[in-house]
Amino acid sequence: MTVSQRLRSGVLSLLIAVIALGFWHLSTLQPSTGSAKAVDPEYAKLMGLDRTKRGGMPSPAEVGKTAWKQISNPFYDAGSNDKGIGIQLGYSVGRVMLGFALAAALAIPLGFVTGLSPIIYGALNPFIQVLKPISPLAWMPLALYTIKDSAISSIFVIFICSLWPMLINTAHGVASVRRDWINVARTLEAGTMRTCFRVILPAAAPTILTGMRISMGIAWLVIVAAEMLVGNLGIGYFVWNEWNNLSLSNVIFAILVIGVVGMALDLAFGALQRAVTYVEA
Amino acid sequence: MVPAWKCACGMHATQEQHDASVEKRSEEAIHAAVLNALIPKQGQRRRFLEAVGVPTVAAAISSLFPFASLQAMAQEKAPLEKKDLKIGFIPITCATPLIMSAPLGFYEKQGLNVSLVKTAGWALIRDKVTNKEYDASHLLAPMPLAMSMGVGSGPLPMNVATIQNSNGQAITLALKHKDNRDPKNWKGFKFAVPFEFSMHNFLLRYYLAEHGLDPDKDVQIRVVPPPEMVANLRANNIDGYLGPDPFNQRAVYDQVGFIHLLTKELWDGHPCCSFGMRAEWVKENPNSFAALYRAVLEAAAMASGPENRATIANAIAPANYLNQPVPVLEQVLTGKYADGLGNVKNVPDRIYFDPVPWDSLGVWILTQMKRWGYVKGDVRYADIVSQVYLMTEAKKRMKEAGILAPAAMPKKIVVMGKPFDTTKPDAYVSSFAIRRA
Repeated sequence: MTVSQRLRSGVLSLLIAVIALGFWHLSTLQPSTGSAKAVDPEYAKLMGLDRTKRGGMPSPAEVGKTAWKQISNPFYDAGSNDKGIGIQLGYSVGRVMLGFALAAALAIPLGFVTGLSPIIYGALNPFIQVLKPISPLAWMPLALYTIKDSAISSIFVIFICSLWPMLINTAHGVASVRRDWINVARTLEAGTMRTCFRVILPAAAPTILTGMRISMGIAWLVIVAAEMLVGNLGIGYFVWNEWNNLSLSNVIFAILVIGVVGMALDLAFGALQRAVTYVEA
Repeated sequence: MVPAWKCACGMHATQEQHDASVEKRSEEAIHAAVLNALIPKQGQRRRFLEAVGVPTVAAAISSLFPFASLQAMAQEKAPLEKKDLKIGFIPITCATPLIMSAPLGFYEKQGLNVSLVKTAGWALIRDKVTNKEYDASHLLAPMPLAMSMGVGSGPLPMNVATIQNSNGQAITLALKHKDNRDPKNWKGFKFAVPFEFSMHNFLLRYYLAEHGLDPDKDVQIRVVPPPEMVANLRANNIDGYLGPDPFNQRAVYDQVGFIHLLTKELWDGHPCCSFGMRAEWVKENPNSFAALYRAVLEAAAMASGPENRATIANAIAPANYLNQPVPVLEQVLTGKYADGLGNVKNVPDRIYFDPVPWDSLGVWILTQMKRWGYVKGDVRYADIVSQVYLMTEAKKRMKEAGILAPAAMPKKIVVMGKPFDTTKPDAYVSSFAIRRA
């Protein structure tokens, strides 16, 4: 993109945002309730009608106010079930990283071996194909029952959902390294290990990184649902807790935060991916 | 089962011997402490003791100091096996005594460091209790019975220390049904209850069946965690629910539903939630258990006073606990509430707190589990209940804590006008026209 193209798409993005916010704002303008009916004042008080009433969709300004309140004090700790958004995010990201790291530690070596050997690939493939499409959350009851610990169970769920894309991509990347390169290595009498680490790994790295990037994306999607289900501290728990209170402005704020953090994680892996990409001569 | 541990520390043959030894040691410790304070220099102290004699000094000190109460205080601090406790709860007003114990310091007073863990639903509570993640937990009154019998999960012997609350539930219907109040017309309705093994499920089934509807065939009853009930009612997923407060009042407050009736109108004095733990935990941690017991009983005693209800509403409202508007909680706890149809009602015993786990309550619950086919075959009602519900224990602890403990259940069990005879549970089950057993 040229500079002027970039500028024009930037202006367009801004315009879309303004229009979306405008619609949102207009749709939340409540018709001034004339309350023609004379309501018993005592009843009105119990119903909370005497105060400016929440309820319905919050306006952008309300969400902005909530967001400011949360962001300006991100690390407060008001008890075991009420912590700042920064702490909640820390829990979620920590869980994702741990589950993801465990999955990578298993999937990449296993995928490497699978990619090298068509026999192992053939043997494992049916299992991978059956296990891959299972929603990671479906494992939750089983995990809770067998692992007997809800915190480890949510990490396990992240582990299991991160496993497959990395495994499949690594196997695919390793299997599709150009034969010529391996043959050249063999001609030069490079040992097996040397061939693996100096030839195959760098050649398959972009595909492996793609698998990791996909896994990270899925893991971030799943952690929110897992935390809503199990209710450990974390951004998913935050959404659930505010949903209990029907506090939509907090829920919307959390949705935005989840989006931003997900984007940051994806960008990080995108940068890693660019670092290992090579141009085939 | 009534805990019959031999001795708390395991060093003595009986609890009496243990107590005597603890008493003696604490007496000596207090003597030594007082003497140290009076004569700080060790050499002088020894000479003084030699000259006057230990018993004389002890007597002299005892006459000067409030000895008995000092000693009682020292013994209150009997060594707790476990100080840091994790207690699970569902954010509903039923859990009032065990929640308020944290902000109002009842746990702290007993030397316990309790972290209350908000939990997403009852199945999860069950699993976390089974997995030993929670030392004790807020449970529905029927859950410990079902868990102990291995119904709906593997068998796990449970104890109920106290009943958390009595009454305090309601049938809430979506506003669109405000002119459709006769249950006979409710065929095809979708109802929500918090859990299968809940008073909510049994009372809703009872109510519908009394009006000629078969709860298994004519309506749909699904399990929805209490905090999600209002959202589901608003989304039109369900026609109504028999659920715990504050979610009945919250539906009114948010103008999505109205209170059709309070469960008090079905059975005045029914139990709802309980406070329980694994039977094994009670055996392993007798002193911590006793401390926990004292804390929750004191909280229940405070919650019983109508004058304290507004304070309590404020204590349990923050995001850390119930995460609800104070006006909603006040309406639930004080019983002065808007019903969602334009009326202000005043029902002071909308919810109240009688902590004793009366065994006839447990027997009634078992009759309903039998009635609806959750348990099959012969049920040894009284045996099961006496193993799970610590009725005698609760009364004993209340007496110790100086809380008035009634000898018999204050209100007889009468459900929708029909009295229940605890001694004839099987006859009661077969007296219903609509039943699965």
